[in-house]
Amino acid sequence: MANDPPAGAQAYVQIENVSKRFGDFIAVSNVSLTVERGEIFCLLGASGCGKTTLLRLLAGFETPSAGRLLIDGQDLADVPPYRRPVNMMFQSYALFPHMSVERNVAFGLEQEHLPAREIARRVGEILEIVRMTPYLARKPHQLSGGQRQRVALARALVKRPKLLLLDEPLGALDRKLREHTQFELINIQQQLGVTFIVVTHDQEEAMTLATRIGVMNHGEIVQVGTPRQIYEFPATRFVADFIGSVNLFEGRLVEDEPDYVRIQCADLPASVLVDHGISAPPDAALWVAVRPEKIGLTREQPAPADNWAHGVVREVAYLGELSVFLVRLDSGREVRATLANSSRKPEERFVRDTPVYLSWDASSPVVGSG
Amino acid sequence: MSARRVLLLPTILAFGFAFLYLPILSMIVFSFNASRLVTVWDAAHSPTLKWYGELFHNQQIIDAAVLSLKIAAMNATGATILGTMAGFALVRFGRFRGRALLAALTTAPLVLPEIITGLSLLLLFVAMEQLLGWPSSRGVTTITLAHISFSLSYVAVIVQSRLIGFDQSLEEAALDLGARPAKVFARITLPLIAPALLSGWLLSFTLSWDDVVISQFVAGPGASTLPMVIFSKVRLGVSPDVNALATLMVSIVAVGAVSAALLLQRRERRRERDLRLALADPGGG
Repeated sequence: MANDPPAGAQAYVQIENVSKRFGDFIAVSNVSLTVERGEIFCLLGASGCGKTTLLRLLAGFETPSAGRLLIDGQDLADVPPYRRPVNMMFQSYALFPHMSVERNVAFGLEQEHLPAREIARRVGEILEIVRMTPYLARKPHQLSGGQRQRVALARALVKRPKLLLLDEPLGALDRKLREHTQFELINIQQQLGVTFIVVTHDQEEAMTLATRIGVMNHGEIVQVGTPRQIYEFPATRFVADFIGSVNLFEGRLVEDEPDYVRIQCADLPASVLVDHGISAPPDAALWVAVRPEKIGLTREQPAPADNWAHGVVREVAYLGELSVFLVRLDSGREVRATLANSSRKPEERFVRDTPVYLSWDASSPVVGSG
Repeated sequence: MSARRVLLLPTILAFGFAFLYLPILSMIVFSFNASRLVTVWDAAHSPTLKWYGELFHNQQIIDAAVLSLKIAAMNATGATILGTMAGFALVRFGRFRGRALLAALTTAPLVLPEIITGLSLLLLFVAMEQLLGWPSSRGVTTITLAHISFSLSYVAVIVQSRLIGFDQSLEEAALDLGARPAKVFARITLPLIAPALLSGWLLSFTLSWDDVVISQFVAGPGASTLPMVIFSKVRLGVSPDVNALATLMVSIVAVGAVSAALLLQRRERRRERDLRLALADPGGG
């Protein structure tokens, strides 16, 4: 795979051919992954794709049906959850309701039988980092959602784990707070240098947090890469469709050269020219994906012979900084395009029922056969 | 709303309350009656506390009350332990073999006629005495065992419903933070289900405290619980001191119930205030 960590050094977290079956249901299917020290690795997928099961396997709440898990070279096979160098932040936060913030955070250190003074010092330190010092005497039900999230984070981090697992860490927060907390989370992670594995179904969250993303579907890892790689070069049709919105066309390969390919799509009047070669047999059935923001709208027919289409604007959604256009092509297919609202001139606006030409750059389409 | 309906609701309410509480009220009133005849109100010398005084000089009643308290406490403790274990088995052990049977058997005593429970326990104790030589005679031990056998069902049901609503990620979090399973149970699970255990204990206590039928079957000579004594006294004719005794029992139950309700209410109010405080906090972000 192109996204493997640099060769040589052994990866910090190694997941080797791990599978987990519950009866007939395969939750995790032959997953292999490596995560480097200090990374924020996001497992992204729809609910039920096996991402939480993978997290629970790492935490030790489930045992793999097959495969190996290693952290820092240590095989976790016979290590019970209470001895793993791993801590988890639960989706529900799972704060102990009968203990104060301070006692919640101290709980993990008490299990290590550290001297009381050391415990107090480390609890104070971590509460300072998550800015919860003024609330240390409160019980969890006396805290707001954002405060609970920070206590849960502090409780998991105070043990100085080699690996922190976060299950939908921002899922319970409202949108505004979520954006703020994302950056705070990255900040704290960099400050402490702990390796994070984050499970989320929210692609925006994954994009913001992650150094690398692993997209999961039906228990399998479909693609691993940086947020940019995943978005710009989706490996499969599923990834292209799952991450962001995309216009997908079915087509046939008509010309295949080392530095470009030409694809004929039934829905498009012109052929699609892509500026890089692919390895596919002639006349192969392919899919072509074009992101809405990479499509331009014009009133006049664009000059090049390739990479254009013609249609009528069906819907316009004004979103402030950008507008989303739903264009019905002459073939009847609907295509989505987004434009930045950089001009205020009314004559430059595309309103409903305007006939328009759509065009895109040869570097924009992503082609695949999967 | 029509005038008729305005009147209807209070009438229904009054009738309902009368139906429920008039018998108890009359019993309380007559416990202050000076007359030896229960149904005749002696206006000249009433109200009087004389029957209450007599109660405290009646050694038989005091002994029976002490015995009843002892049995009720032992029963409540035993039933809470066993019922909790049953509740855990039913909720936590997944779909083990015989789970449906265990579920049915733990809840059966809730609906089984007391006569049947009493009779079958008596037969069991007699058979055990012959085969094992234990329990050597019927008395405190057999009454307590009999009470535990039906009270534990109630505890099991209460614990079950508490465990079904229990967020298991709390236990996982404790494990994750390095606590061994036994410690997780002691520090997390037990404190959190304590209210259920307490209410199970109190319920078992009262179930045992007022049980007559089953006790009657498995009691032996010299081991009469308070309800048994009252029952036998009433059979000879209701004497006014029984009214006084019953009034005392009702007052104790009422004080307990009311203070428990107040306690709960106060805790709920404090929780609400805390919540408001948390949400209003400007630094809450």
